Amino acid sequence: MIEETAVPSNPQTEARLWLAQRVSAMVLALCIVVHLATIIMAVQGGLSAAEIVGRVGGSEVWLVFYGVFVLAITVHAPIGLRAILNEMTKLSMGRINLLCFLAAVMLGYLGLKVAIRFYMLGGA
Amino acid sequence: MSEETFTVSVWRGDDEVGRYQDYEVPRMESQTVLDVITYIQRRLDPNLSYRFACRVGVCGSCAMTVNGKPRWTCRTHVSKVIEDGRLEVAPLRNLKVIKDLSVDMTDFFDKWAKAEGRFVGGSTRHDDFAKVSPDDKRRQEASAGIECIGCGVCYATCDVVAWNTEYLGPAALNRAWTLINDERDTGRLSRLKAVSGTGGCQACHSQQGCVERCPKHLNPTASIAGLKRATAMAALKGELK
Repeated sequence: MIEETAVPSNPQTEARLWLAQRVSAMVLALCIVVHLATIIMAVQGGLSAAEIVGRVGGSEVWLVFYGVFVLAITVHAPIGLRAILNEMTKLSMGRINLLCFLAAVMLGYLGLKVAIRFYMLGGA
Repeated sequence: MSEETFTVSVWRGDDEVGRYQDYEVPRMESQTVLDVITYIQRRLDPNLSYRFACRVGVCGSCAMTVNGKPRWTCRTHVSKVIEDGRLEVAPLRNLKVIKDLSVDMTDFFDKWAKAEGRFVGGSTRHDDFAKVSPDDKRRQEASAGIECIGCGVCYATCDVVAWNTEYLGPAALNRAWTLINDERDTGRLSRLKAVSGTGGCQACHSQQGCVERCPKHLNPTASIAGLKRATAMAALKGELK
C-alpha cells in the first residue's frame, strides 16, 4: 500500500513553491553570470579586500544587485533542500518544513548582512 | 554438431530472500527475452514464476529488468541486449516482488487512481458527439501520451519513485496529462489538485529515464512538464485550494 504522509501536502502551496523556485532560478541565472564575470574581471589585477570594498562599497547599484541575488537564493535554495531532505531522509514533512524555513532565514539574514556591510564600508 | 547455448541468470526468490540462478538456454534466431524465460519455465524449471499475456507488445504484462535495464521482454530481441554471451533477468525495480520475476503492480495502479487517471464525462447519451479536430493543440498533446500500455517500465526506471514512496510516477502523471487535454473531460481542477504535491508532478527531476526506456517511445517527462505548468497557472489563480 502507498504510505500516507503525516503532513498532507497542499496542492496550492506545492505548485506555488515550484513556481517560486523556477522564477528565482531565472533571477539566479542572470545574477550568477554577472557575479562570475565580475569575479573574473576583478581578479585580473590580484584580489584584495580593498579592491572589493572600492568596487561595491557605497554603491547603490551593487547593493540592489546583491540584495536581489540574496533574496533569490533565500527563495530558491530552501525549496530545493526541502525536496532533497524529503527524498533522502526519513524526516517528517513538518520537520523538513521547519528546517528549510530556518535555512531560509539564515541565508537571508547572513546574505543581506554581508551586502549591507559592504555597502556601508565604502563611500565614507 | 552441438547446439549453441548461452547462459541466463534469473532472479529466484522475492525482495527478502533470493539469488540468481544460471540456466543454459539454446540460442535461436529472432529469439526474444520472453522466449528465453518461457523456455526455462517449460523445459528447465517449471517452478519459475513470471507474467505475460499477449506476447506482441500490447498488454504491458511482461516487463522485467534485463541486463540491468527495465524492458518489455516480448519485444526485446536477445541479440540486442546480450552482453558477453550472458543475460541477467530480474524483476522490475521499485515494485514489491511476489516471486521470481513477478511483481506486485498494486502500488503502480493505485497511483493511477490517486492521480485521477479516470475519464470524467459531462455529457449524456442525448448529447451530440464532441467534435475534436485532430489539429487541435490539446488533442495533439493528449495523442502524444495516449499509447501507454501500463507496463511499468518507466516506474521501474525512475529514481524519484525509488527515493519518494509518495511519488505518483511517470505513467500515472502521463495519464493525468492526457485527460487534462481531453476537452470532453470535466475533472480538470480535481485532477490538477491530485497531481500537485510532494508526491506529485513537482517532484519530477526531469532526468528523463522514463523517456529513455519507454517501449512505446512516449515522453512522460514532457507530460509532467505540462502538468507543472498547468498546476502553476491554476495555483496563481488560487484554483488549487
